[in-house]
Amino acid sequence: MTTSEVPLTQEKEQEKGAKGDRGFRRPRILGAGKQLHAGPVTYAVLTIFALVSLAPLVWTAIAASRTDQRLAQTPPPLWFGGNLFKNLERAWEEASLGAAMFNTTLVATTITVGTVLFSTLAGFAFAKLRFKFSSTLLLLTIGTMMIPPQLAIVPLYLWMADLGWSNQLQTVILPTLVTAFGTFFMRQYLVQALPTELIEAARVDGASSLRIVWHVVFPAARPAMAVLGLLTFVFAWNDFLWPIIALNQDNPTVQVALNSLGTGYVPDQSVIMAGALLGTLPLLIAFLLFGKQIVGGIMQGAIKG
Amino acid sequence: MKASPYAFISPFFIFFGAFSLVPLLYTAWYSLHNVQLADLDNQTWAGLDNYQNLFSSDFFWNSLWVTLLIGVISTVPQLIMAIGLAHLLNYKLRGSTVWRVVMLTPYATSVAAATLVFVLLYSWDGGMINWLLDFVGVDPINWRESDWGSKFAVSTIVIWRWTGYNALIYLAAMQAIPADLYESASLDGANRWQQFRHVTVPQLRPTILFTVVVSTIGATQLFGEPLLFGGVSGSKGGSDHQYQTLGLYMYDQGWVIGNLGKASAIAWSMFLILLLIAVINLLVSRRLRKSQ
Repeated sequence: MTTSEVPLTQEKEQEKGAKGDRGFRRPRILGAGKQLHAGPVTYAVLTIFALVSLAPLVWTAIAASRTDQRLAQTPPPLWFGGNLFKNLERAWEEASLGAAMFNTTLVATTITVGTVLFSTLAGFAFAKLRFKFSSTLLLLTIGTMMIPPQLAIVPLYLWMADLGWSNQLQTVILPTLVTAFGTFFMRQYLVQALPTELIEAARVDGASSLRIVWHVVFPAARPAMAVLGLLTFVFAWNDFLWPIIALNQDNPTVQVALNSLGTGYVPDQSVIMAGALLGTLPLLIAFLLFGKQIVGGIMQGAIKG
Repeated sequence: MKASPYAFISPFFIFFGAFSLVPLLYTAWYSLHNVQLADLDNQTWAGLDNYQNLFSSDFFWNSLWVTLLIGVISTVPQLIMAIGLAHLLNYKLRGSTVWRVVMLTPYATSVAAATLVFVLLYSWDGGMINWLLDFVGVDPINWRESDWGSKFAVSTIVIWRWTGYNALIYLAAMQAIPADLYESASLDGANRWQQFRHVTVPQLRPTILFTVVVSTIGATQLFGEPLLFGGVSGSKGGSDHQYQTLGLYMYDQGWVIGNLGKASAIAWSMFLILLLIAVINLLVSRRLRKSQ
């Protein structure tokens, strides 16, 4: 877990590095890799990586714009055809992608709000307040980050069946409403971003806990809350295992609908590709808009969500 | 004022406890019972029957083996490529943010969407990959049915989705390496490769260990990729169970065959395997620290 702290101290380390050569004023020969300008070979290799990263997505769009008959022929199509909207419409209607996108938006938004809010509160307490068992509880939180979701799904399934909630959206919202990762992420950020004196000063002024949270903690935590929100939304949108057990095609999330498509619900490959495209599009747009913040969040958190 | 820390952590711990910690224990409890999907009201004590049943099943040992194999062939190349990619991203680049975001786009693609596309790319007849192989004179491979071919294909989905993500984690660690280490190395006459080998890699050691642990956890629970790769009868992991991972075996036993008690036993076996890995990891990292 030590690595997660590395990126947070990154700025300081770089300062140290810069100060280190103050005395000698020697020319920087081969400094840290980041000072080196990339040569053509570097750009060439990066371009290959970029093409491999993007090609399957581009090809999804190409396949979604073709007819099913064309996809069964060799060679496979390498450019767009004219059937995109027809396929999208069929995926939207026949595979319930429309309803699924609505459901997933609702589910992922609720989970994001819950995770960000509760993680910030708990992360603040772990970072700045002293209380009994705080280190034990934090250790418990960190330790359970490695437990796979498989360890929860049988009891969850039985409870949801008992409650008569099968196939309702709260079954996929409630179990994911908080994450251990979120609390740990906010704690790591607030330890260094929120000066303890600020809280003490507010206390001396007689501010209530609620006021301190609203006027001191939230403003200080805002950048990390935004990043955690983005990461949580991506995670919630793509969550697979529990949703496909808890829900079915009558009231699906996007991943449930895609799972149905993959198991023969609509046999046409072109419609399946249109579904995959539709289900990914909102996140691709989010990456286009907030890619920088998401990249920054992963580099700060350095922990798989 | 005294009570407020608990007020701050309680919403988190109420949900976390109810939906993560308590189910963990209940799964253990159900693993000692006979719980059938078709007859949920009739749960009887079964002792260690589920575990005995499991350990005497060839399919269980097969799924362990499959999980291990796919875990190795998806994790090792992925992490090596990620270090190389991070090294390149660490150069001063034009549009560095754009490069990073592009490398991360596979991460935005869900397991389901990615697998559906790869299934089509790998299709035996007319798939893109067999078509490209034909150019270099390789006969078409039946990716879904063959033993190693299917394991390889499933692994490539994992590699595709996670290489960029891990590269960013390595990049973050690389940027924290003090510049003077490189300077003294270059004064000693180390070339770029030697600097990478003798400065970058040793400095990344804790991060490498960390990514290995996280990837191992991910590999142990691998589920969506093999499920959808198999299509209609996906939970069997291929006609010969050649890509039925532990996660897939659990789903098959629990929700396809309907034996939730046995599925609980599989889940706990998974947990015990991870605990074992955690202990080994702890010993290895302690050993490494001592030798430094």
